Amino acid sequence: MNFVYDRLLGGKNGAIGLAILAALILIVLPLVLDLFRLNLVGKYLTYAFAAVSLVLLWGYGGILSLGQGVFFGLGGYCMAMFLKLEASDPEATKIQSTPGIPDFMDWNQLTELPWFWEPFESFGFTLLAVILVPSIFAFIIGYSMFKRRVGGVYFAIITQIIALILTVLIVGQQGYTGGINGITDLKTLNGWDIRDDSSKYILYFINAFLLFGVILLCRFILTSKFGRLLLAMRDKEDRVRFSGYDVSNFKIFIFCVSAMISAIGGAMFTLQVGFMSPSFVGIVPSIEMVIFAAVGGRMSLIGVVYGTLMVNFGKTMFSETFPELWLYLMGALFIAVVMYFPNGLAGLWEKYGNKIVTPIKNMKVFSTIKSTIENKRLAKAKASNE
Amino acid sequence: MSNTDFTLAIEDLTVSFDGFKAVDSLNLYIDKDELRVVIGPNGAGKTTVLDLICGKTKSTSGSIKFKNKELTKLAEHEIVHAGVGRKFQTPSIYENLSVYDNLEVSFPRGRSVFGSLAFKCDEEVDSRIREVAKDIFLEEFLEMESALLSHGQKQWLEIGMLLIQEPELLMLDEPVAGMSVKERELTADLLNRICKGRSVLVIEHDMDFVAKIAHKVTVLHQGKILAEGDMQTVQNDPNVIEVYLGH
Repeated sequence: MNFVYDRLLGGKNGAIGLAILAALILIVLPLVLDLFRLNLVGKYLTYAFAAVSLVLLWGYGGILSLGQGVFFGLGGYCMAMFLKLEASDPEATKIQSTPGIPDFMDWNQLTELPWFWEPFESFGFTLLAVILVPSIFAFIIGYSMFKRRVGGVYFAIITQIIALILTVLIVGQQGYTGGINGITDLKTLNGWDIRDDSSKYILYFINAFLLFGVILLCRFILTSKFGRLLLAMRDKEDRVRFSGYDVSNFKIFIFCVSAMISAIGGAMFTLQVGFMSPSFVGIVPSIEMVIFAAVGGRMSLIGVVYGTLMVNFGKTMFSETFPELWLYLMGALFIAVVMYFPNGLAGLWEKYGNKIVTPIKNMKVFSTIKSTIENKRLAKAKASNE
Repeated sequence: MSNTDFTLAIEDLTVSFDGFKAVDSLNLYIDKDELRVVIGPNGAGKTTVLDLICGKTKSTSGSIKFKNKELTKLAEHEIVHAGVGRKFQTPSIYENLSVYDNLEVSFPRGRSVFGSLAFKCDEEVDSRIREVAKDIFLEEFLEMESALLSHGQKQWLEIGMLLIQEPELLMLDEPVAGMSVKERELTADLLNRICKGRSVLVIEHDMDFVAKIAHKVTVLHQGKILAEGDMQTVQNDPNVIEVYLGH
């Protein structure tokens, strides 16, 4: 019980924060928004996975990855490959010159399914791949960089370049990946239509629950000795190394975990939005994810979820009215956060939150309720004494 | 490179940076229960010797044997696991953690990734942390954020972070830099207590302090040993006087 309360929920304040967020995402938003807007929120919440992963990696570990889109994309593509194969049964594709393979392969003169597509016929394999492919990829990158003590700006630049390379690769290998259009026309998941209204609601809730699961997992990691070591490494890497820790192993592990978390977001993105394309893999989305984390507060698992939602709502609103101004605004927002409130929304809340909460707490309604309860309790105690 | 009875046996150790020999065929032996102080003018190679022992710098040639185990081929964390602890010249503590957490993080258990995830701060860890905190005069500051400690207290905390690992060789680079007179006395007292059952290697400039703690003094000059012996002998050595006062 103590373990759950203190470590996973984060004590009283953490539990309240989590409860408020849960109420917002699970109750308020589904009640007040129409399905189109709710689906949009669902899409934003998949980005929140990447933002949460950056709290671990960047906030606590001090490792800035400008390539979280890579893992988001890999997770999304794994899921999309499965859905595409299911959508491409011979019956639905009988007008193609080679029925039974995805349409874009047929357009690119492929006559049989490439070998690496074949395992994605299996749903079990796909779920494993969503988790494992990005983790293994992160392990390879992490191993080759952290063991050589590459860090800081160099790490950020290299991850950004990897994001660029992967985009170019996906766009270039049209016959295998769907190219610039991505993998589209996804219809069913094991026969269950993901496009109709009820499944959109169901996917929204699955996504939300997964997000809370991931937040609890991160809490577990951050409240363990591992979490304190991350902070220690960010501060004095040499001291940690000369205290008997193999620093690179810790960095590789946290990089892999953050890749896995982003990938879950990517897979849920594919399911909710119905397609996956290289525009969610490259440099721009990767940097946007960093901005979500920065605005929300890179030390706060809950804050970054709000950060993601707010920036995305802003993006949707502004880009509907002033599409060309949005990018500048986003850049200005990022600079403002870094210069004036480096702990983001969560930092502002910590600083000024009390000024909002205390007057509410002191409102007459609450004190009346409190005193009524207290009186009742006293009366009861008195009665039982007599 | 024979085996010896010494805790630490350095033989023919050389390191050169682009042809400049910072440490030049150095031989140094340290016994168990011994507190050795290394002194020498700036640039003599004192800190480099510590860097070589703890693996921060790789040697060009020669051997460093700790309990007859060759250290020059080991990674930094393996050298720590073998029982070598090192304090840096400027206090290296985790400023954003409390004093308690600083010591807990240094406790030698749960040093692997999964070990640290499963690590529990049990009775044993807790009592050890309090014990060490008492030794380093910080028992009343356990809950304080360590950034708020004074410079001298930070030095003590770093010594404590090493002590909690119970190293058999403890290396301290200028442990009393920035300390008040009173703090220096306490530190001398601390070092005299903790050198029992282990070897301690200290680099220091403050001669009064050296006189208080040193069992034996080694004078280093231009990467080589200039003199070695007790404080009295070294202070009266004409070569040493030449190096320190001659210019």
